[in-house]
Amino acid sequence: MNGHNIMTTAIENNIRLLEARKAQVQTKGSEPFNIACEKQSVAGSVSQRACVFCGSRVVLYPICDALHLIHGPIGCASYTWDIRGAVSSGPQLHRMSFSTDLQEKDVIYGGEKKLEKALLELIAHYNPKAAFVYATCIVGLIGDDMDAVCRRVSAKTGIDVIPVQSEGFAGSKKDGYSAACHALDTLVGTGDTSTIGPLSINILGDFNIGGETWVIKDYYERMGLEVVSTITGDGRVDDIRKAHGASLNVVQCSGSMKGLARMMKEKYGTPFMHVSYFGIEDMSRALYEVADHFGDKDLLKRAQDMVRDEVMRIMPELRKIRQDLQGKKAAIYTGGAFKAFSLVRSLRTLGVKTTIAGSQTGNPTDYKQLAELCDDGTVILDDTNPLELAKFIQETDTDLLIGGVKERPIAYKLGVAFCDHNHERKDCLAGFEGMLNFAREVHGSLCSPVWKFSPFRQKHKETTEKQDIFKPKATYIPTNVVRPGETSGGGGETKFATLTIGATEVAK
Amino acid sequence: MIVPEPAKSDHFTATRNACKMCTPLGACLAFSGVEGCVPFLHGSQGCATYIRRYLISHFREPMDIASSNFGEHAAIFGGQTNLEQGLANVIRSYEPAVIGIATTCLSETIGDDMPMFLHQFTSKYADPTPLPHLVHASTPSYSGSHFDGYMEAVFALAKTLAEKGQTQATLVNMIPGVVSPADIRHLKDILSDFELDYVMLPDYSERMDGVSWDDYQRIPEGGTTVDELKSMGSAAGSIEFATTHHKSQTAGEYLASACDVENHRMDMPIGIAATDRFFDALEKLSGKATPRRHQMDRGRLVDSYVDGHKYCFGKRAILYGEEDFVIALASFLCEIGIVTVLIASGGKSGKLLENIERVMPDPSVATVMDGVDFEEITDAAMDMHADLIIGNSKGFKLSQKLDVPLVRVGLPIHDRMGASRIVHLGYQGTQYLYDLIVNTLLDVKQRTSEVGYTYI
Repeated sequence: MNGHNIMTTAIENNIRLLEARKAQVQTKGSEPFNIACEKQSVAGSVSQRACVFCGSRVVLYPICDALHLIHGPIGCASYTWDIRGAVSSGPQLHRMSFSTDLQEKDVIYGGEKKLEKALLELIAHYNPKAAFVYATCIVGLIGDDMDAVCRRVSAKTGIDVIPVQSEGFAGSKKDGYSAACHALDTLVGTGDTSTIGPLSINILGDFNIGGETWVIKDYYERMGLEVVSTITGDGRVDDIRKAHGASLNVVQCSGSMKGLARMMKEKYGTPFMHVSYFGIEDMSRALYEVADHFGDKDLLKRAQDMVRDEVMRIMPELRKIRQDLQGKKAAIYTGGAFKAFSLVRSLRTLGVKTTIAGSQTGNPTDYKQLAELCDDGTVILDDTNPLELAKFIQETDTDLLIGGVKERPIAYKLGVAFCDHNHERKDCLAGFEGMLNFAREVHGSLCSPVWKFSPFRQKHKETTEKQDIFKPKATYIPTNVVRPGETSGGGGETKFATLTIGATEVAK
Repeated sequence: MIVPEPAKSDHFTATRNACKMCTPLGACLAFSGVEGCVPFLHGSQGCATYIRRYLISHFREPMDIASSNFGEHAAIFGGQTNLEQGLANVIRSYEPAVIGIATTCLSETIGDDMPMFLHQFTSKYADPTPLPHLVHASTPSYSGSHFDGYMEAVFALAKTLAEKGQTQATLVNMIPGVVSPADIRHLKDILSDFELDYVMLPDYSERMDGVSWDDYQRIPEGGTTVDELKSMGSAAGSIEFATTHHKSQTAGEYLASACDVENHRMDMPIGIAATDRFFDALEKLSGKATPRRHQMDRGRLVDSYVDGHKYCFGKRAILYGEEDFVIALASFLCEIGIVTVLIASGGKSGKLLENIERVMPDPSVATVMDGVDFEEITDAAMDMHADLIIGNSKGFKLSQKLDVPLVRVGLPIHDRMGASRIVHLGYQGTQYLYDLIVNTLLDVKQRTSEVGYTYI
């Protein structure tokens, strides 16, 4: 399967960009790169972004021994109940959805009493290590003093009750990340660090989706590092309290946890570095850079050995998958831009070219870096929407979309393969085994025989695909036979491997 | 097997794992049943995005919901500018026939005067290009559940668009409530079989359960047209499945009072008795006897009730969901000898109990709970020795905890395929539910048998 020429296969459509959106869309190479971003979404544009509350909620959600109470009407809690694929090796309290479920009379007379009562009852019953209280849109408007309620409840119960200033309208999802970091900052620095050694790190900005934190933590521990806390994947309040004892903050997902890393640098002098755990290149670089930071030859040697072993373990299958995917074209739309970099590189590993790359919350530096990484002709998008995605997927003749549940129907309706890389997914895509899972998912979707029935493909791709439309797309089919200890060739071993690591964590 | 756990007597002020969604979600679903309509939420961006994700996970279809995207400025000074910009941008990008505008807790709390805003928008921009119809539903999420929001949007569509006219003898308004796309398709078939013309309010049977496309559709095809909605005022009658609605008027009541269209308000037709009442109304409105294929459906349903009666008798079921839905299901389960031991809803119309008492011959067997969440349902269910749980997919945890199978029906179903294709209504829908329920019971019987019978 060779790549299709963009110029000859572009599909006409009647979708026009809104005037107010034009500066947030650019094609690399067509003009000096200067994309607009970090703006409030254009009203009526059907942004894929959520709100401030969403930003805070997703970041703090994986702290599994804390109580998470949403102060507001019911919707905000209903739609975030058990929403993330963030797994815990112990408590499951984070998977409960607690809401003050404000009613009309609360809106009129204020919700403080209800909040206080709700908190006292929940804390007495569930005995959490700490409680986070999330403000939603109307909390500020009705004048509830959440800080005061939290202070009172904290005094009565003896646990930290932390207000999260996440009123939905007060900014964007990014401001929600910042509110979450401020909330975490109140915990950091309150624990005993006397037993923590110098070769120690915190893992920031990994959320243990499908056990990813466990995979990453295992790598660092195999290198010889002590992982003090994981914020917030499989997170524990007491671990976060002593996070300031670690020698280095290793930060993934630049948007969400950079704030905390900066605060810790200022307060405790903890240095931080940015990494990504998606794809072979970025995963390896993360381990090497962390080893470099400590300047410890043994750490570096162990990292090199591990990378070599892990890569050798997954490469045979990746090569087979690559044969089927060579020349395919992908669109990427992520929450944070940092993940998009890794995805462009991961796709390259699989022989797939990126035609569209965008994010909900990227900043100018992110987009500049993204553009440098991408080929000429790649469409770069900030805070896009379904119509624009559909437009550019058609115009670039894209075969695969990587995004979240909200983007999925756009792909499927256009006969385009899809890979869920959002926080709602249940599979581990980080680390070396995650790369293999990613490759399998992309391969499984792209090579599925179902696309031959897609009316869109039949209409628009007749000339390029007619000859082989009823031929199998895949030369490689995973066997689905679980062979413990092996990775290559099987369909599901990686997941089992991940779970084993998780189980080891529990055992410890 | 029931997992023993100490009964909890704690009272909780907080809602824990809600058994309801918010009013704007219901409104967005109802608005998507109008051809060329873009649902629009007047509030912050998150509401639209969360509701989109929630509905996409259930229907697996595109679900664009626009937002006026409040920032701090709008929250303090009012959302008129954002509303106008938002509407203008939706009109530019989607070229809609209708924009269905629902408010949120934010815009309701700050007291945005929506009728005035929309009036000013219309007078400012209507000339020279005609604007889409703007339909506004007031849906503060601190008041009621998604069910109320849905009913409010349906009411707003009728009130805004229906025009009183000369009565058309064969035209019927069909107002089904919160049902699946397959239910709507089935109702359309039934109405056509009675040779009735109909206006379906709303009709998301194509849009929320659509075909694969050959070109991208900015607004997916399907839905009741504005002209059809206008003609509701000249129908010979309305059939409305609405049991517990308690706020202002229903759409059917409005059409009765404003346009003299006789309203036949009844329970959702699940089970033989309730479906008979629906078909009686159709016979009356059409002047025709029930067509043979539906008589045959009914006959087969009765026949299957008999064939499977021993598997059902005395089995104990837990029901939860929208109040109208659980009332209809409870009535159906009584017909087949299943004892409904717990009936629960996150809705709180105040009318659940009286209606359960009406539809169940012996309501004393059932615990009826309204305004409850899943944790309260779980606490109540612990010592009920249930054999079966019937409701949406959010009861999975309950099912796991009780080790009792869950029959997934209604909205939302986030963990299985095909939610849109479940028919719940009419003889055919009842037949599907009946087979599903009996087979679930048989599956337990077979799996828990050491012998492993292959004939049951």
